Amino acid sequence: MTLAYPIASNAAHPARLSPGYKSTAKRSPSKPLIVMRHTLSELTGPVYGHETVREGDHDLTTQHKGEPLGERIIVHGHVLDEDGRGVPNTLLEIWQANACGRYIHVRDQHPAPLDPNFTGAGRAHSDGEGYYKFITVKPGAYPWGNHHNAWRPAHIHFSVFGHSFVSRLVTQMYFPGDPLFPFDPIFNSVTDEKARARMVSSFDLENTQPEWALCYRFDIVLRGRNATPMESR
Amino acid sequence: MPDNKARGITPSQTVGPFFAYGLTSNGKYDWNDAFTNNLVTADTTGERIRIEGRVFDGDGQPVPDCMLEIWQADAQGRFADPKDKRALPNAKFRGFGRCGTDANGDYAFDTIKPGHVPDPDGKPQAPHILLAIFARGMLLHNFTRIYLDTEAANAGDPVLALVPPDRRATLIARRAPGNGNPVYRFDIHLQGDNETVFFEI
Repeated sequence: MTLAYPIASNAAHPARLSPGYKSTAKRSPSKPLIVMRHTLSELTGPVYGHETVREGDHDLTTQHKGEPLGERIIVHGHVLDEDGRGVPNTLLEIWQANACGRYIHVRDQHPAPLDPNFTGAGRAHSDGEGYYKFITVKPGAYPWGNHHNAWRPAHIHFSVFGHSFVSRLVTQMYFPGDPLFPFDPIFNSVTDEKARARMVSSFDLENTQPEWALCYRFDIVLRGRNATPMESR
Repeated sequence: MPDNKARGITPSQTVGPFFAYGLTSNGKYDWNDAFTNNLVTADTTGERIRIEGRVFDGDGQPVPDCMLEIWQADAQGRFADPKDKRALPNAKFRGFGRCGTDANGDYAFDTIKPGHVPDPDGKPQAPHILLAIFARGMLLHNFTRIYLDTEAANAGDPVLALVPPDRRATLIARRAPGNGNPVYRFDIHLQGDNETVFFEI
């Protein structure tokens, strides 16, 4: 099967220049992007499977001597293409703040405590059906300097590869019902309400583990459609 | 099961300022890197080259919190991806690299000169490396291509031909003087008069 990547699908993405998010002002292109046909270079992509992920890399709560503080959660879901086909054996990388809203990055100066038992980085590959799972703690909201009293809604950064270099995606997973949504220019840089909703995980009671951890489901839809749909019917 | 019912894709969000400990830790954090900026393995054939440069914003200031990823064919023009049905002479050449810019906005990749890859009509493209650029202040990564100024094939490249002539130079890395493995300079301007050409793919 051959996949095609219609550029119309890119309409779901934020505009590169989104004035509410001030850092875009000097980092977004001012000249038109050039549209081109996809060649083999664009239609192929890095293939990384099991060998890239060490045992336990998907569990951010067991990387240190003790357990991190905060609310333990399971985050899982399917990586799909635009036809709903699972994307198997693809690499997912995540990074996030700790339960207090503090990143271990040296440049994070938020006066909230670091957790010696939490790095905040994880890695997993999707299984044969495109399913993935992480165990972590729920990240806290944190302030940033974009505007007066600016706070980021709690989020987990996701980096996903998919079927080709064209399907590469870096995004953020949010938590349902966050009161900071209306005020966050990064979240609202996605102007279509339905597209915005696709960045919000759903609470998953069915896969919540009793006496242990709440579960959130986050399906990720990457670019890619069957180029010859008639053959598959 | 696929239902061939079109779904909207998950929108992109910025990589933010704090990705380094998870994606480009480079020994500075308690985490390992899945990828490095050195693509050359012991069994890699082809001409070793280094691509290096600096990333600038619209004010001409260096961008110290940028992540760059490259994807390229091996010296025979073949990709380490089963979707490329041709033989893979460099079995261990993965063709993918990742590099974070340093405090000066500088980056470098050690790799090999890629071979010719056909365009959709079967015509050879000039040797090129795909580049994706991520940073705080970028809600969606930018795609561009790196060509090499030593290649006569640039003149007939079908993708370069799409680019207005006065902007083509932004896609062409310049061979730096010196002995040893060739070094090519490729600065990236996210915005402004010298803005690098970015592609909508």
